[in-house]
Amino acid sequence: MRITQGCFSFLPDLNDEQIGAQVEYCLEQDWAIGIEYTDDPHPRNNYWEMWGHPMFDLRDAKGAMMELEECRTAHPDRYIRINAFDNTRGWETVRMSFIVNRPTDEPKLGLTRYDRHSRTQTYGLRTG
Amino acid sequence: MGEAAENLPEAIDLAEEYRTLGVAEVLDELDRELVGLKPVKQRIREIAALLIVERARKAMGLSHETPTLHMNFTGNPGTGKTTVALRMANILHRLGYVRKGHLVSVTRDDLVGQYIGHTAPKTKEVLKRAMGGVLFIDEAYYLYRPDNERDYGQEAIEILLQVMENNREDLVVILAGYADRMDKFFESNPGFRSRIAHHLDFPDYDDGELLSIAEGMLAGQNYRFDDAARATMARYIELRRGQPHFANARSIRNALDRARLRQANRLFSGAEGPVTAEDLSTITDADISVSRVFTMGVPDGARGQA
Repeated sequence: MRITQGCFSFLPDLNDEQIGAQVEYCLEQDWAIGIEYTDDPHPRNNYWEMWGHPMFDLRDAKGAMMELEECRTAHPDRYIRINAFDNTRGWETVRMSFIVNRPTDEPKLGLTRYDRHSRTQTYGLRTG
Repeated sequence: MGEAAENLPEAIDLAEEYRTLGVAEVLDELDRELVGLKPVKQRIREIAALLIVERARKAMGLSHETPTLHMNFTGNPGTGKTTVALRMANILHRLGYVRKGHLVSVTRDDLVGQYIGHTAPKTKEVLKRAMGGVLFIDEAYYLYRPDNERDYGQEAIEILLQVMENNREDLVVILAGYADRMDKFFESNPGFRSRIAHHLDFPDYDDGELLSIAEGMLAGQNYRFDDAARATMARYIELRRGQPHFANARSIRNALDRARLRQANRLFSGAEGPVTAEDLSTITDADISVSRVFTMGVPDGARGQA
């Protein structure tokens, strides 16, 4: 099942040139680029593993692309995303985030029932 | 450059290209603002010419290889290596050979770590920052310490070499240092020498050049010499050259900073009524002649006679 989260995820996967252009845009806005990876794409899994430090002082997208390349070699079969963090006062948050690598075989998100107290039932997503 | 795609090779006007790219401005600026350094300017002109020709060749589909632009600047302290490196970043940017045209200036400390496994991330961090621009490694010979087998400098050198080879279109590396020590450095790292295409040697300035540098520096700060001060400065330069730790233009800059200090003090303590803009911007003979450089010469001379 194709996981959709972050920007561009309803589009076909971006190629490296397109990723580079997006990173270039982020750098023009003075955002810091961070690379993260995970094997659990559950929408509630906010905290992915960080690949290296966020890059606050890049001037050119090539620097981030080198890191991405390394991350891909180390984790070819994980989800990898690029986050662009805006540290301007008042924002101080991730302004853009998009997936740049997917495993060949993507896990399914299944809707499951959970029993709560007093025979209440709730529904939730489970990565399977 | 669309019409250049015809099969007429003489379709590109190099002079036109030279003007539109704004290289002429940069080179003229270099000529105007940097005193002396004839061989360096000559070499930069040659590099600029090569790059313009390369561009033209590329436009006609004659070449695909990015020329190697890594450089090595050698010369004594204060001969303008850093200044030229900064200009170089600008020139290469205008010619479209580096995408961003910023200069990242580092020394050994920024590249080499303190413990094992610390060097590679540190060097990579710097390289990432320099991507799309110029990486300037000052006193590059410190990277390699032959006396220490386990020095981490070697690791930084290996990463640098790899990136210099693989990312030629992404960044230009400029090394700088004193000639003799750089030679030794290259001897022990032959890979480095062969990856650097341009070796530029910065000559020392002569006395006249240093005097015009001094005047240029003062003019930049809205100061000027009066006639007596100019003569004293010329004598100062002559004497200073013979004394230890002479660092060409850098010594001059320090001397001028001290002269400004003395001028301020002179105006302040000797103020008899309001001062004019003329007073405030004139360095006089008295501001320079009290320098230690002149008195240091005297006892030396006296010793020589004794």
